[in-house]
Formats: sequence, C-alpha cells, structure tokens
Amino acid sequence: MKTVDLVDMLAAGAGVVEPSATTRRYAAALGWGTLGAALLMGLLLGVRRDLGIAVLLPMFWVKLAFAAFLAAASLLAVLRLSRPGRRLSWVPGALAAPVLAMWGLAAFALTRGDPALRAGMFFGDTWTSCPFLVALLSAPVFAAVLWATRGLAPTRLRLAGAAAGLLSGAVGALVYSLHCPELTAPFLGFWYLLGMLIPAATGALLGPRVLRW
Amino acid sequence: MQRIQETDRLNAGEERLRKRLLRGLAGDESAYHAFLQELSAHLRAFLRKRLVGLPDEVEDLVQESLLAIHNQRHTYDAGQPLTAWIHAIAKYKLIDLLRRRVKREQLTDPMDEEADFFSSSDNNAAEARRDLGKLLERLPERQRLPIVRTKLEGLSVAEAARVTGMSESAVKVGVHRGLKALAAMIRGGA
Repeated sequence: MKTVDLVDMLAAGAGVVEPSATTRRYAAALGWGTLGAALLMGLLLGVRRDLGIAVLLPMFWVKLAFAAFLAAASLLAVLRLSRPGRRLSWVPGALAAPVLAMWGLAAFALTRGDPALRAGMFFGDTWTSCPFLVALLSAPVFAAVLWATRGLAPTRLRLAGAAAGLLSGAVGALVYSLHCPELTAPFLGFWYLLGMLIPAATGALLGPRVLRW
Repeated sequence: MQRIQETDRLNAGEERLRKRLLRGLAGDESAYHAFLQELSAHLRAFLRKRLVGLPDEVEDLVQESLLAIHNQRHTYDAGQPLTAWIHAIAKYKLIDLLRRRVKREQLTDPMDEEADFFSSSDNNAAEARRDLGKLLERLPERQRLPIVRTKLEGLSVAEAARVTGMSESAVKVGVHRGLKALAAMIRGGA
C-alpha cells in the first residue's frame, strides 16, 4: 500500500473524536479500581473498630491528606505522561511536597518526643504488614490505571508505569488508612511510603512491556 | 530579520496544520485528509534525516507513524503545541524501530530539535517495503470487513453494517480494533 492510499484509508470515515474521552477513561479506571480496593479491604481486613474516635484526631486527617495529595499529584503525572509531548514541569515538585511535609512532621515528632518512645513511633505495631497490605489494596487500581494508560500514548514507558503504580499505591494507602491503627508521622512517612513504592517499582518494571504501543 | 520571518512562516504552517487536525477531530473528513497528507511529508523529511543509514526503512516508518498518530489522535490536547505532540510520537516510533533492529546502527543524531520539525518537508515518497494491504488481509473478518467497507470502499457505517450483516457499533469497534491490531502486527515485526 502506498502512503497516499494509507492517508485516504485513514481519513475515510474517521468520524468525531470526543475531547473528554481520556479523562473519562481515567475516571472509570479510578472509580472501579477504588471500588475494588474497598471490596478487598472489606473482605480481608474490615474498617478499624474505633473509626468513630479516630476521626476526632488531627493525625487521622493528616494521614488521609498525605495519601490524597500523593494520589492527586501522581494522577497529574500519569495524565501528562500518557500524552505525547506533554512536559511534567512542576509535577515532580507536587509529588515531593507531601512526602517532605510528612518527613518534616516526623523529624519534629522524633526530636521533640521522649527518646524512649522513638522506636515505637517509627515501628508502631504493624510495620511488618503495613507496606504489603497497602500494596495488596493497590492491586485493583494498579490494573485499572494501567489499562487506562494503555489506551493513551505514553512515550516514556518506564516513567509512565512508575507514575501509574504510585497512583495506585496512594489510592491503596488511602483505603488502607480506614483500617490501619497507626497515626505517627515517622510511621506514615516510612512504611506507608514504602507500601506505595512497591506498586510504583512494579509499574516501572512492567511499563516498557505492558504500555508499548 | 530574516530569521524572524522564517520563524513566522513556520508558525503559520504549524497553525494551519493544527487547525486542520482540530477540524478533523471535530469530524471534518477533508480537513483531516489534508492534515494527514501534509503531515506525511513532514514525517518523511524528519525520518529520512534521522535514518540516513537505513533509507529503506523510511517509508515503512512514515506509514507506521501515520497509523500511530491516527490511532492515538484522541491524545492530542488542543492547548498543546502540535509540534511537541507529533515530534514525541515520531521520536517514539523511531526509537522503537531502532530497538527492534537489534541496534546494528549507532544512533548518532541527538534527535532533540523539536523546534525544526516543520522546517522541512519531503513529498518524495519511496515505495514502502511492508505492504499494509497484505497485513490487512491477515486481520480477522470482524475487523477486516468493517475496514474494507468503510475505509477502502467508502461506505458509511450504516451501509457497511447492512452489507456485512454486523451491527453499526460492531462495525465501528471493528475499524477501531482492526487499526490497532494492524499497528500491533507492525510492532511485532511483520
């Protein structure tokens, strides 16, 4: 087939392209993925029993905000990375901001608090399971977001995979925080982050193969 | 002074092409045709300059890039410079090709001059070595028939649905999936 014939063929009956198609795709992916994560948590873990008391504590909201900010910033990163030629510009800064803020809080808590309590603040009661449960709950979102990204056109596949993984990790952490009893900044700034980085690293590994187009 | 005029001329060219794409995305078929036509010349010049050692690959890659741009045209954001979008796709397809080719040729061109993408254009199409028509024949019927009826014979979706006995949405889905499958076959080295 000659190139002019290909042009004829592609243009024939090309139809209208909905400008909002990409955002709708991500909205659907996040909606179904979050629902999946919530179901998974309902089945395996359940909501913490003292949730009614926890919502009165400022640190509970700091924890939610930490995950929500990271989710929002990584969603921006995914959206930009899945369109050819879009630059990330200030998005890496937006990703770093909640992490740095949490580390700031952690440093404050560790230096001001009783030295004897430091290990407890860092390890909490659940450090052995927390990162894995965050990663587990992120799995439905991970699959859904990779599906959405595959329908677009990422050109930096490793980075796009990592951003998709981080997004799913942050949503997984958001859902997990309704179960998790830990509320100290050193714990959140390390173990939660580690949990989110597991899907991010998986995404970076899978990206070049799964997202190729 | 001359430089400024040159830049203005390039910007005007990009703006014209961008308008055609936007009209095409809104459903204007002839504007979209003109866009693809003009774009193929720019792609050819861009790729020929960067595939100096592989002249035989140029036309195949022009076609592959056109197919990719068509399949992924929903990722163009109207607020974004057209050059950046096209350059990123062409560069991605070029790197993909070079990876496929077991890296025989060393990549010598840094390929980062996004700004001069529209400064050159080449209407001299060589013969493509890969025949997309033949690849098309290898698609399953539910994808091939909709493409042949609507895109080669020029029937409307409704007419194609009547002729093939498929539903209208099956025709649309068939075209969409078929073109993606075609791109995947090329990627797989067909």
